[in-house]
Amino acid sequence: MLSAVRGLKDLFSWLGAIAWFGAKGLIQALKPPYELAEISRQIYEVGYRSMPLIAAAGFAVGAVMSMHTRASLERFGAESLIPMGLGLALIKETGPLVTALLFCGRVGAGIGAELGAMRVTEQIDALESLAVDSFKHLVVTRVVACMIALPLLTTLMNFTGIIGGYTAETVISGMSFNLYFDRALSAIDFEDYIPATGKTILFGFMIATISSYLGYHTRGGTAGVGQASTKSVVFSSILVILANVIVVKAIFFFFPGAAE
Amino acid sequence: MTGEIAIRFDRVSKRFDEMPVLDNVSFDVRRGQAFCILGRSGAGKSITLRQMIGLMLPDSGNIFVLGENVTQLDAAGLTRIRKQVGFLFQYSALFDSISVGENVAFPLRRHTRMSGSEIQHRVGELLDQVGLEAHRHKMPSEVSGGMRKRVGLARALALDPTVLLVDEPSSGLDPVTSLEIDELLLSLKQQRGTTIVVVTHNIPSARRIGDTLAFLHEGRILETGTPQQLENSRQELVQRFMSVEGGT
Repeated sequence: MLSAVRGLKDLFSWLGAIAWFGAKGLIQALKPPYELAEISRQIYEVGYRSMPLIAAAGFAVGAVMSMHTRASLERFGAESLIPMGLGLALIKETGPLVTALLFCGRVGAGIGAELGAMRVTEQIDALESLAVDSFKHLVVTRVVACMIALPLLTTLMNFTGIIGGYTAETVISGMSFNLYFDRALSAIDFEDYIPATGKTILFGFMIATISSYLGYHTRGGTAGVGQASTKSVVFSSILVILANVIVVKAIFFFFPGAAE
Repeated sequence: MTGEIAIRFDRVSKRFDEMPVLDNVSFDVRRGQAFCILGRSGAGKSITLRQMIGLMLPDSGNIFVLGENVTQLDAAGLTRIRKQVGFLFQYSALFDSISVGENVAFPLRRHTRMSGSEIQHRVGELLDQVGLEAHRHKMPSEVSGGMRKRVGLARALALDPTVLLVDEPSSGLDPVTSLEIDELLLSLKQQRGTTIVVVTHNIPSARRIGDTLAFLHEGRILETGTPQQLENSRQELVQRFMSVEGGT
């Protein structure tokens, strides 16, 4: 019983430390110098270089979802609703969540490992010794870059998902490109797109904060780097999935149209 | 310049998990002097060096660097001090995502208003000084340990520091490269009047570079003096260390 209480206390203290780390990151992001060159480099690293993975995954997810949807809907003779159903599912939920989870795997692990390696090889101390604020240079830039890159990658995932769905559908039914897109986008308006994609800004912030925290505070040599990388993926994935529940509820509250 | 105090440790103590690493340590480093801190592994030498630029803070005591109390400085104050103090890490700590030349250019880009071509020229000079101008476009992983150390030295010298802190300059190096680095440090002291603090196990190196040696043991300074004085120390441990690790 006592150890359970202690474990709970440690968990809350750890979450508090991460929350403070993230809040400090946001505050520092608003103060000059803005490290624009490093932010651009990070957007390239976490965003541009994730594009092939996101595009390929989006295409595959779209194709598979389309095939499953067809299997269900053709029993009711409602195949014409496949593009609309796929578009809504992708843009409202599947696209943002799958992109965020893939981002945890690729970028979260990378940030945890990179900062962890920089910590154990004294590169972070070297930055400080060169009169550079290592937190601002390494953490703030990654947090900002992830908050910018993840919504853009989500949009890419949505787009390639619809392309994947179209490819699967056209093989079976020969539906034209124009008709498919027209139907897929017919039921989607900005109330669907903006909140669902906007929430990935929060996911980007969470993934970057958790991974940076674990990497920045790495101890114990190369074993510590491995642990930081693994924990970055595990904890950021869990927190993204849990936060998604709360965020979806908040979206329904603030954007009632999104629940329809 | 000589005679003024560049660094003062005033009753500094540091503990890790209740284990004392530094216990009431006091010493002065005069400007323009080369001061070597000797001692066995785990004696607290590197921690002493790191505390000089606030990479680690003591539990008690004061550390004055160039007249400012490092233990009381805010972030802006630490930045001001760090721009005047170069630090060469034991394993160089080069940024492995950028080239050798960009490592040396890094502090110049951050803290000077030099143009791109001026920075390139200065990087060329610094790398030439350590004999690595031909390797400026290589990545740190493509050069040897000795070369990395020399790049680290060039980076530490980029802002023309008043004080240079060097952690184990000869660890992992062959005797010739080690000698070259010692000669470079000596020329810095003689030509630019740079104050140098070196942490080392290497007694021949300490003899070559050091004006004053301090022997640190179990968190305390056992003895401070010239190389000659330490060799003739009455303390058995100091004498043994100077002779066992010795040679000339």
